[in-house]
Amino acid sequence: MEFKIEIRNRYGVFDPLGNGIKKNIKDLGISGVKKVNVSQVFIISGDISESDAKRIAEELLADFITEEYIIGHKPQAASRKQRIVEIAYNPGVMDPVEESARKAIRDMGIYGVKFLRTERKYYIEGKITENDFKNICEKLLYNKVIQHAVKGEELRVKDAGGGYKFKLITVDMLGADDKKLMKISKSGQLFLNLKEMQEIKKYFKKLGRNPTDCELETIAQTWSEHCGHKTFRGVIDYEERVEGEGSRVKKSRIDNLLKSTVMKVTNELKKPWCVSVFKDNAGIIRFDDEDNICFKVETHNHPSALEPYGGAGTGIGGVIRDILGVGLGAKPIMNTDIFCFGLPDTAHKNVPKGMLHPKRIMKGVVSGVRDYGNRMGIPTANGAVLFDERYTGNPLVYCGTVGIMPKDKSFKASQFGDLIVAVGGRTGRDGIHGATFSSGELTHESETVSGGAVQIGNPITEKKLTDTLLKARDRNLYTAITDCGAGGFSSAVGEMAQELGAEVDLEKAPLKYKGLSYTEIWISEAQERMVLSVPRENLKELMDIFKKEDVEAVVIGCFTSNKRLKLRYNGNVVCDLDMGFLHDGIPRFERKAVWVKPAHKECGPKNKKDFTQDLLKILSSWNVCSKEWVIRQYDHEVQGQSVLKPLVGIKNDGPGDASIIRPKFDSRKGIIVSNGINPRFGFIDPYWMAASCIDEALRQVIAVGGSLKKTALLDNFCWGNTDKPDRLGSLVRASFGCYDIASSYGVPFISGKDSLNNEYSVHGESVSIPGTLLISAISVMDDVTKAVTMDFKEKGNLIYIIGQTKDEMGGSHYNLINNSIGNNAPMVDPRSGLKIFNRTSEAAELGLLRACHDLSEGGITAALAEMAFSGGFGAEIRLKAAPCEAKRDEVILFSESNTRFIAEVRKEDKKRFESLMKGVTIGLLGEVSEKKDFRVYGLQGKKVIDVSIDKLKEAWQKPLRW
Amino acid sequence: MKKPRAIVLRTAGTNCDNETASAFKIAGSVSELVHINELVRGEKFLKDFQILAIPGGFTYGDDIASGKILANEIKYKLNEDLKNFINSGKLVIGICNGFQVLVKAGILPGINKGAIESTLSFNDSGSFIDKWVELEPCTRCVWTKGLKETIYLPIAHGEGKFIPKDSDVLNQLKKNKQIVFKYVDNPNGSIDNIAGICDTTGRVLGLMPHPERHILGTQHPRWTREGLKERGDGFAIFKNGVDYVKEKL
Repeated sequence: MEFKIEIRNRYGVFDPLGNGIKKNIKDLGISGVKKVNVSQVFIISGDISESDAKRIAEELLADFITEEYIIGHKPQAASRKQRIVEIAYNPGVMDPVEESARKAIRDMGIYGVKFLRTERKYYIEGKITENDFKNICEKLLYNKVIQHAVKGEELRVKDAGGGYKFKLITVDMLGADDKKLMKISKSGQLFLNLKEMQEIKKYFKKLGRNPTDCELETIAQTWSEHCGHKTFRGVIDYEERVEGEGSRVKKSRIDNLLKSTVMKVTNELKKPWCVSVFKDNAGIIRFDDEDNICFKVETHNHPSALEPYGGAGTGIGGVIRDILGVGLGAKPIMNTDIFCFGLPDTAHKNVPKGMLHPKRIMKGVVSGVRDYGNRMGIPTANGAVLFDERYTGNPLVYCGTVGIMPKDKSFKASQFGDLIVAVGGRTGRDGIHGATFSSGELTHESETVSGGAVQIGNPITEKKLTDTLLKARDRNLYTAITDCGAGGFSSAVGEMAQELGAEVDLEKAPLKYKGLSYTEIWISEAQERMVLSVPRENLKELMDIFKKEDVEAVVIGCFTSNKRLKLRYNGNVVCDLDMGFLHDGIPRFERKAVWVKPAHKECGPKNKKDFTQDLLKILSSWNVCSKEWVIRQYDHEVQGQSVLKPLVGIKNDGPGDASIIRPKFDSRKGIIVSNGINPRFGFIDPYWMAASCIDEALRQVIAVGGSLKKTALLDNFCWGNTDKPDRLGSLVRASFGCYDIASSYGVPFISGKDSLNNEYSVHGESVSIPGTLLISAISVMDDVTKAVTMDFKEKGNLIYIIGQTKDEMGGSHYNLINNSIGNNAPMVDPRSGLKIFNRTSEAAELGLLRACHDLSEGGITAALAEMAFSGGFGAEIRLKAAPCEAKRDEVILFSESNTRFIAEVRKEDKKRFESLMKGVTIGLLGEVSEKKDFRVYGLQGKKVIDVSIDKLKEAWQKPLRW
Repeated sequence: MKKPRAIVLRTAGTNCDNETASAFKIAGSVSELVHINELVRGEKFLKDFQILAIPGGFTYGDDIASGKILANEIKYKLNEDLKNFINSGKLVIGICNGFQVLVKAGILPGINKGAIESTLSFNDSGSFIDKWVELEPCTRCVWTKGLKETIYLPIAHGEGKFIPKDSDVLNQLKKNKQIVFKYVDNPNGSIDNIAGICDTTGRVLGLMPHPERHILGTQHPRWTREGLKERGDGFAIFKNGVDYVKEKL
């Protein structure tokens, strides 16, 4: 029998979830809703009796102290005062509650459940129009990509696909002309260009047969931009033009941008502590005598645009699997997440068709990260959130994970004869075409066409996988491991078997439901799966480990030595490809790239006498304001390793620079993680943007007491469509910046990622995101007890500026609040910069810094204000003491020149500090004061800012106090 | 004397197991991570230990309700063993998700044995929250012996609002001195600011804050301001548990 069990709050019990939705409805601009109640609905069917259902409801599903249950399909009449909607998952979308609820029912001794799904039911009380109700449903309560509103007595689909009958499908390529080839590529969502399609045709012509659908999909996935990084590895004709004064033209031909910039830094620096770089899932560096650490940052932009909650959650899930799959697997110990969204106050009418509102995207992404990261038990201890209207159609979601692994587990190699074991979650129809989809641009049709590319994750499946994999690793039971990321089995097995060859029997893969075709099994991107290469003699011991903790593991094939990829479905060969062609047959891109230096309007001097309002505005700007609302939702302390948390200061709410963790309780060695990102500088010059991002990431490492000695970088490029020369031009220019600055600082890159085609097309017109480079730094700190935070500590201490302030207002937040961009973006002088970094680091090591804060958005003044209100102290500051050639108050106050810090030093340490800093530009700006006043005296000696720190803090905290 | 033995119970979604085991080790016990399947299948035995810790996490995803599925499993699969364990004078601590499990399995508050007398429900804010809180200890519980001043620990939960079944239960809790910790500044709407309770014996403790996350001085959010201490406030709780076993069991 089928039972519908609704669990709802007892009358009078406060419903915080309903209350949250009520708040969100108000945000939509809909008033009149008095109350929202949410109930959970369970649909259970199988061989169960009514008394079973009653027991399940009473003992398991309802918490009788706060809740009550209703069994049965009692129709409830909606009235004008109350509207009701029931939201269910679409067929084929995983319901994360299903597995655990079924287990619990079995634990009760009830074994007949055959089907279980959950739904949510919303009761909305108040006077709203039909149209308001529709808006609430569509904009808040469900996302049609994965869910729908149940209409009447819905016939629930028990199997997403019904039965599947094998039929081999071939694609007629041999008979296809160029037009037809492109049609095949487009209609099959292969995202392959003509040259590539021709190459494939040529290959099969030689074989004298047409490809199967599975073969074509395998090639498309392997050759996708997402997996193949064709742009970075291709040939580029590059031209750089600066017009007007000092005009110049520079032309060059670049053969493999990756190898000639980012990777070149590492190859030239040859740091002995770099263990594995640019080869594996993540970069690996040495930590101590026993262990190595690894770091990877991924992007999950397109899925997060369509389904923010699932997209962000699976983004985290994916990068965690990167760490589980690096070498022989590492233990994930920290997450970092960086997001770029449209402006939260965007008018609803200005949101492009088919897109979600930035605020909804942000709330969805944050809760996705929260629910996945927190459940995985990995602290999300670091991150950033940025806003710009050009991210409205295409938000960016960067997810990063740090892992730790024993030194001898850093490399892998499958062996001939090893078994291919699929472990973890089951394969379903979720996430078909993710790899190719993410290589194309978003349109307003994306949500319907590519909806299958969006998935819901199940973190508990991944947590179980993590626990058991690490046990199997420590017993040396497998020779190689790879995650099923974009491209599913196709990419995992294809990658592992590159040097060997593999045979797979696809029907052996465990499925979530019947009805998947052989190709769907092969390319599905269902989450939480890994592939292992297991020597036959270890199989039993390995299977035992997984079985003990209820993790599914199945042999699906074996590695061969004939360098062929052979796939069968119930004995029928459905794919037989040469590994050489698959991995090396891809024709290289030849592309044009042009960068022309843009000319922006200058903000110009304003001869203002008071800058208090400017400071308040900057502190309240979306990028600078407090992100506490986000941070507190993340468990940033699980695993108990945090040394510096993301929020610091007397009330634990100031903006810390970088986070530090200490992965071993009995050692003082720590890991610093930081991020540098500032797309506004890229509006002016991507080269200096890249330079500034590197400088910022390193500044944060130094500010918390780290050093450059064992610091490594990750690059993460999110760009527009690089088929277009201007987009590619700025990408090239940014890459040059990466090379020059990282090599001058002597800091290697260890891994990276690119996500191109971040464009959104409306009415045929393409809008590109600002080319956005994220530089993440990871650094090994020898003694975490030397760490420094940014909050002022004691009254009377001296306040120093370290580093030279220049007239570099271009891209600054001062210009932003004055509606301009400007042209002089901050540059980096690595020669003086290196000295500043090393000396500041020494000062921290010697305990001379009571506080230190890196200068970024808002310059000196914003940093001082943050230090003051975080510490609960005021400050008296004299701009005259700041080393700066430009004699203008606003430049000293707000310029965002690189490689600068504010340091707090005890009076008794003045001499030691100043003599240590000899040869480095510093200035004694003033003192920490006991009073709560924040006063700045301009070059003329007159007050230019006078405000209480409470007011500053309020301005900073208010915008995202949601 | 042999070292006390603490079992740290794991299952799918447990995630504070390592730091909890470390805390017990630092406090002087042997601690072993054991998966619940090992107990259910008879590969390991509760009776071989003197302390049971149910650590934090999201067991089974907190699907249905936080801690509910593990509570259900314990009720159906380990009920007798656990009863015997408690009745033989041994110690139990449930932290965060472990507290939720103890409450939903009817082990806490244990005024009427096995009855569900309270629950932990969604925070009033409707959202997960990670922050540090001051806690007022107010009891005779074995685990909090000697604690007189407020202690400082982090919370990290979405469902931490303590609700007793009715005013009778609340009065009993007060009368029996079963309220072990109260929030100085209530972060989640808990009735009577309750952050942790013990059973009528004082040997079974459940609390939402995480003592295992404040063992080292560097875990304190303001150690760079206030100076580095050798041990964090959470350490005393583990030390009390281990010392009790050393003295009494």
